[in-house]
Amino acid sequence: MKKPFDLNADYQPESFEFTKAYKKHAQELIDLYPKGRQQSAVMPLLDLAQRQVAQEGAKANPPYGGWIPRAAMDHIAEMLGMHKVKVYEVATFYSMYNTAPVGQYLVQLCTTTPCWLCGSDDIVKATKEHLGVGLGETTPDGKFTIMEVECLGACVNAPMVQINDDYYEDLTPENMKQVLSTLAEDMKPSVGSQTGRKASMSAAGPTTLKKEAKKAKVI
Amino acid sequence: MLDDKDRIFTNMYGWESFSLKDAKKRGDWDKTADIIKKGREAIIEEMKASGLRGRGGAGFPTGLKWSFMPKESDGRPHYLVINADESEPGTCKDRDILRNEPHKLIEGALIAGFAMGAHAAYIYVRGEFYNESSSLWKAINEAYDSGLLGKNAAGSGWDFDVIVHRGAGAYICGEETALIESIEGKKGQPRNKPPFPAMAGLYSCPTTVNNVETIAVVPTIMRRGANWFAKLGRDEKNAGTKLFCISGHVENPCNVEEEMGIPLKELIEKHCGGVRGGWNNLLAVIPGGSSTPMLPKNVCDTIHMDFDSLREAGSGLGTAGVIVMDKSTDVIQAICRLSQFYMHESCGQCTPCREGTGWVWRMMKRMVQGNATVEEIDQLFEITKEIEGHTICALGDAAAWPVQGLIRHFRPEMEKRILEYRQNAA
Ligand SMILES: Cc1cc2nc3c(=O)[nH]c(=O)nc-3n(C[C@H](O)[C@H](O)[C@H](O)COP(=O)(O)O)c2cc1C
Ligand code: SF4
Ligand code: FES
Repeated sequence: MKKPFDLNADYQPESFEFTKAYKKHAQELIDLYPKGRQQSAVMPLLDLAQRQVAQEGAKANPPYGGWIPRAAMDHIAEMLGMHKVKVYEVATFYSMYNTAPVGQYLVQLCTTTPCWLCGSDDIVKATKEHLGVGLGETTPDGKFTIMEVECLGACVNAPMVQINDDYYEDLTPENMKQVLSTLAEDMKPSVGSQTGRKASMSAAGPTTLKKEAKKAKVI
Repeated sequence: MLDDKDRIFTNMYGWESFSLKDAKKRGDWDKTADIIKKGREAIIEEMKASGLRGRGGAGFPTGLKWSFMPKESDGRPHYLVINADESEPGTCKDRDILRNEPHKLIEGALIAGFAMGAHAAYIYVRGEFYNESSSLWKAINEAYDSGLLGKNAAGSGWDFDVIVHRGAGAYICGEETALIESIEGKKGQPRNKPPFPAMAGLYSCPTTVNNVETIAVVPTIMRRGANWFAKLGRDEKNAGTKLFCISGHVENPCNVEEEMGIPLKELIEKHCGGVRGGWNNLLAVIPGGSSTPMLPKNVCDTIHMDFDSLREAGSGLGTAGVIVMDKSTDVIQAICRLSQFYMHESCGQCTPCREGTGWVWRMMKRMVQGNATVEEIDQLFEITKEIEGHTICALGDAAAWPVQGLIRHFRPEMEKRILEYRQNAA
């Protein structure tokens, strides 16, 4: 799936460089691949660039979230000895690389069938109402962008959303709003299940390994 | 029901930590060197005898797959690639291994890697699993620090490295050759086969791609013996234990390790508290992740959850992602949403898939409303047949099957919808 990517938009900064710490990390990532195969590091480096931008954005006023400016793609192309267009191709192919600015908290609402069966429509509705924006939009204070995404691989804890690096699971409209309110104050909500259940275990308690569960004080 | 003593993933819910110390207490990394000292041939023979079939969806026999790797290196390195892309809707089992049982996967990687002559394994983790890949890296670093990876890994005499490569949001990268392209730093678009990865895979070197669960069960099979694994399950072709993910309209959705071939009804009633509103409130089940055609209730009543039983019923075990729908479900919308998924995830290089998945979705949207003709149901079926089997990779088939399953089992429902729409319009 191609994403819109505007090389010359107003928001594109003139230049981009990895900071010293990020540069060191970038080199470690490049070294994970065999000699001469440094192109393999293009995905980790794009991710790194997005993280550096996010770190800067969290301190900015208004804040913004992680995205990858064209200048960063060019910088990475140079580091890895790739044609720029090959880096653009990768950046636009994968859905997790944001090729345009986003809010500080990127709220990705899963609406694929298993989440939909468990009420993801209600979560989308509650999120829109609570933040006062529609899908694909960013709140005026720069804090939140909301979007619909495909299955995130946590279907037995549906409905669920991903916000930046974290999953929030077993959602109801109420606990979803609670998560958003906590983030609005730049505090960290507890991640994972919002009903307190342990990972992918049945909410009614373990159906297997009960002896071990007792030992681990789960029951 | 599977006996607790026969469970492999005793920490899948994360009751204990994933750390090496706790993992060792659970039996991981116990005399790994002795397993490796049995030699390549012996390990592959043991895997063949266990009856293990790939847990990534297609169910290809694992030992046989490993035997396709060249016996001697022609100078090119060999690679093991582990598929942790886990993006098939309904599937969330590999996540539990990554976050709570990573040492089973790492130890399995060493044994499997050795058996195919590889000194390195790349684990491709879907990008959204950020916290899971962090746990996995921590476990890998613990293994390096304790001499279980690196030079003379675990005292086996074999050098072995494990590297995590994070994806970035593309279902298609679960397809093994797209995954390889992605590790090489390209768009994740599947390759034409042949050549098969065992001949020319990652960096054009001999490569085997296996699912996380497939590799993570290897150490236990090697320790307890092929016979133990083969005796579990329905028959020798449908053997062992299996992780099931049960989502949707059950009282308590969960992941659980069970015996291959467990009746679907038992799976749902024992572990999930039953279907919401009782078994008779069941409408249909998608048994093996979004790509597998759904089964109507009357089939669900008696079906066993294994590769061959489900194939005979016109569906498949796939990834064992069981999606349950009760009678309140708009089953046409449920499948329409999957059509949207496949359209979104098509990599675009084959015309039947790129164009066809869009057609199917647009027609399905009208079917949801009923804004169609009865003849168009046949047309829709035809289009799915035009996609199926005419593409480079199996995403095209995966897009076709759910719609075919819908038409096969719920055609009257679709016709009724069309009639109602007409009546309302008149
Ligand atoms: C579109 C598509 C997506 C796939 N996604 C996955 C996946 O997320 N995880 C996986 O293990 N296999 C996936 N597969 C299957 C892999 O291509 C491959 O068969 C599998 O990783 C082999 O491992 P196994 O032999 O251990 O099952 C996918 C296949 C296709 C066609
Ligand atoms: S079938 Fe679809 S996803 Fe697979 S290679 Fe062709 S266009 Fe890409
Ligand atoms: S459908 Fe939402 S996590 Fe799978």
